Amino acid sequence: MNRRASLGLAGLSALLVLLPAFAGNYLLSVATLFLYFAFAGQAWNIMMGFAGQLSLGHALYLGAGAYTAAGLYFHFGIGPWAGLWLAAALCAVLGAALGALAFRYGVAGVYFTLLTIACAEFARIGLDHFDWLGGSGGLFLKIAKRGDIDLANLRGPPAMFYYVILLLAAAAMALSAYLLRSRAGYYWQAIREDEDAAQALGIHTFRWKMFAVTLSAAMTGLAGVFSAFYYGNLFPEQVFGIHRSVEIILAPIIGGIGTIFGPILGAALLTALAEGASEIVAALGWEVPGVKQMIYGLVLLIVIVFLPQGIWPALARKLRVKK
Amino acid sequence: MNSLLQVERVAKSFRGLCAVAEVSFDILQGAIVALIGPNGAGKTTLFNMIAGALAPDSGAIWFDGARIDGLRPDQICARGIGRTFQIVKPFAGLSVLDNVVVGALQRAASVNDARRSAAAILDKVGLGAKRELPATALTLPDRKLLEIARALSTRPKLLLLDEALAGLRPAECDRLVALFRELHRSDGVTILLIEHVMRAVMALAQEMIVLHHGNILARGAPDRVVKEAAVLECYLGENVEL
Amino acid sequence: MSFDFIGFLNIILSGLLTGAVFGLLALGLSVIFGVARVVNFAHGEITALAMYTTVVLFSFLHVDPFIAVVPVAVVFFIFGYLLHGAVIHRFVHRPEHVQFILLLAVAIVITNGLLITFGPDARGVSLDYLLESIEVGPFLIDRGKFYAAGVAVAAAAGLFSFFRFTATGTAIRACADNLHGARVIGLNVKRLYALAFGLGSACAGVAGCMLVVLVDLTPGSGPVYTLLAFVIVIVGGLGSMTGALVGGALIGVSEAVAGFFISPSAKSMFSFALLILVLLFRPRGLLGGRL
Repeated sequence: MNRRASLGLAGLSALLVLLPAFAGNYLLSVATLFLYFAFAGQAWNIMMGFAGQLSLGHALYLGAGAYTAAGLYFHFGIGPWAGLWLAAALCAVLGAALGALAFRYGVAGVYFTLLTIACAEFARIGLDHFDWLGGSGGLFLKIAKRGDIDLANLRGPPAMFYYVILLLAAAAMALSAYLLRSRAGYYWQAIREDEDAAQALGIHTFRWKMFAVTLSAAMTGLAGVFSAFYYGNLFPEQVFGIHRSVEIILAPIIGGIGTIFGPILGAALLTALAEGASEIVAALGWEVPGVKQMIYGLVLLIVIVFLPQGIWPALARKLRVKK
Repeated sequence: MNSLLQVERVAKSFRGLCAVAEVSFDILQGAIVALIGPNGAGKTTLFNMIAGALAPDSGAIWFDGARIDGLRPDQICARGIGRTFQIVKPFAGLSVLDNVVVGALQRAASVNDARRSAAAILDKVGLGAKRELPATALTLPDRKLLEIARALSTRPKLLLLDEALAGLRPAECDRLVALFRELHRSDGVTILLIEHVMRAVMALAQEMIVLHHGNILARGAPDRVVKEAAVLECYLGENVEL
Repeated sequence: MSFDFIGFLNIILSGLLTGAVFGLLALGLSVIFGVARVVNFAHGEITALAMYTTVVLFSFLHVDPFIAVVPVAVVFFIFGYLLHGAVIHRFVHRPEHVQFILLLAVAIVITNGLLITFGPDARGVSLDYLLESIEVGPFLIDRGKFYAAGVAVAAAAGLFSFFRFTATGTAIRACADNLHGARVIGLNVKRLYALAFGLGSACAGVAGCMLVVLVDLTPGSGPVYTLLAFVIVIVGGLGSMTGALVGGALIGVSEAVAGFFISPSAKSMFSFALLILVLLFRPRGLLGGRL
């Protein structure tokens, strides 16, 4: 990273760390949403941007993580910091199973994508009928009492959640940066560009693809755990629905697949645009559902047609943050 | 001198069409052997079986004393066989240097070591100045050089070159031939090449194997083999007077 | 409780009729994917657009869906043709995932456009004669279902004939079989691809028009039908037009049976399980050829 980039990053980090000191609850909730998408987007980016496998069923891991941790808390009182380990492990296993089956049977490209969608949908409908975890009526977690900060059980004020997700997003960014420069990063990119050539150079493609899929799934599971406790309620349609999967992929695609900062920029842009649009619509007195999603769709369309690499690569060159 | 590669009665058919019919040959360590034959003779199929991209229907392949038929391509690379592809496959999203680093990581302990060794190889093939360029910015001759550099970075004992000279102008062709000669001399790499460019084959190969309809038609020193009647016939047809 | 065999057969028959419409929907996707090589992730959304068009024509102009079918088919053919020529064609040489995302974006825009315009409430078309039943021997068939299936089968037959007996249809099939060869003999591939997309889009349009007769619709119907079309096409076999119809019938029947015996909301679970199994163990599908 050159000096400009380092300074920029430092400035941004300072801003984010100090935000709760001067931001109201609304701005804080928007920032939390931004960081959530930044985190989940980075997790997805590992599978797509680094290893080149397009998953449109990542909601499966969001849901699995969310319901595991929430279920443990709801039925057994086990807090999220303990529950997240099981959630991440379960998601890793799910990701590994999907990956193993798909790669072993040669399910690639669009077929792999459809497989991921089918699995998420299957889980959604399954959980709709699974009453022990609330079924279609939903699962509700106890709300914190006003003013209490129960970090152990993640029950508390918005600022607490904000710092948790900030930590997660920062950790994800550090991990992604490290991986991209390591052997894993080189091998993943080689596999993404040309699997045959990668194999001929000694790369055990199956193993490395599995690594990407499993890691991506486990990290997404953590995002699920966070969202379960942040929102306090879970419905299969909300958690496993395909719109959730689509939501996760928007930020990295718009920002730039395969880059470190892309998903973060994409998340910031999307959150800002969506909230801005909602404000304008509300101010005009229109009570119109679908505006946010429409903006997402239009931005995605514009980006994929004119800037398929995402916004960050072009922007980085302009800002001279990259060499 | 030992046989580095032993191909023993290897056969491959595709849906009833016989591509390679019980071919046997061996290659000594340190040799440069050319595999020639008309299109459809089974040369690339043979290569793919040696490199692990395809498994033979029957027969065995021995490399450096161990059986390798049926192994995965990455396992075969680990054992010391490097290959280039007929249609070059650069990693488009990576720089020239990073392309070679991918291969160098096979033998290097760390990414830094790999970068050093990759830079050295690029200098050797003559692409050193272009190392930071994106691979897609290279012209075809340079892409071929990149393909070769990448295969070399895995430090192969046997290098399989699949029509590495196709589409090159004579001057570029000569340059590559000189490079192969140099690699053979300095690093002792054994080379098996599929080639149609006879100019290169005659200049480079110590030995020539002619493949036709999946069978070996002739084998021996290049200037002798090209004069054999059967070989002329398979290329030029019957009733040709020379 | 004795097994009501006739009742069971009625359910199967009903499923077959619905399945015919599903089959037409999937046929459109099969043509688009098989010929133009486009993973049309907006297929169901185009269908939803057609459904709303039909509802609007009915609500404001009192046009019977069975008459609206013709203008809808034409309009959606043109829509598909233009969409391909103007936008999608530029993506032919880009990586597959980029194409996929493009159509996903189109799908999102259509779905939310419908949501903004029409709101989330369910809409439908109510015509008295649709509710009548036709008696054929011991079987009771919904008149509406019967006519809808008839239109679907007629449209499919028309499409088959077009591909089999006309020069343009043969040219399109040539493109699908061997792109280079088609180019070499001078076929205007871009135009033929656009034509194929237009035809597929028209199928989606006609299917949508008929679906309005069978079910109510919401803006969320789009994604549901996209997934349904993909399930059918993959189970039936990619690249096989007959497979699309057979798959449609199969899914129609299985959903009807599952919906009746298990629960209505679980019926798609069965379809997704089937898709997963087919993708893993027989990706060619039941009748598919090359992948």
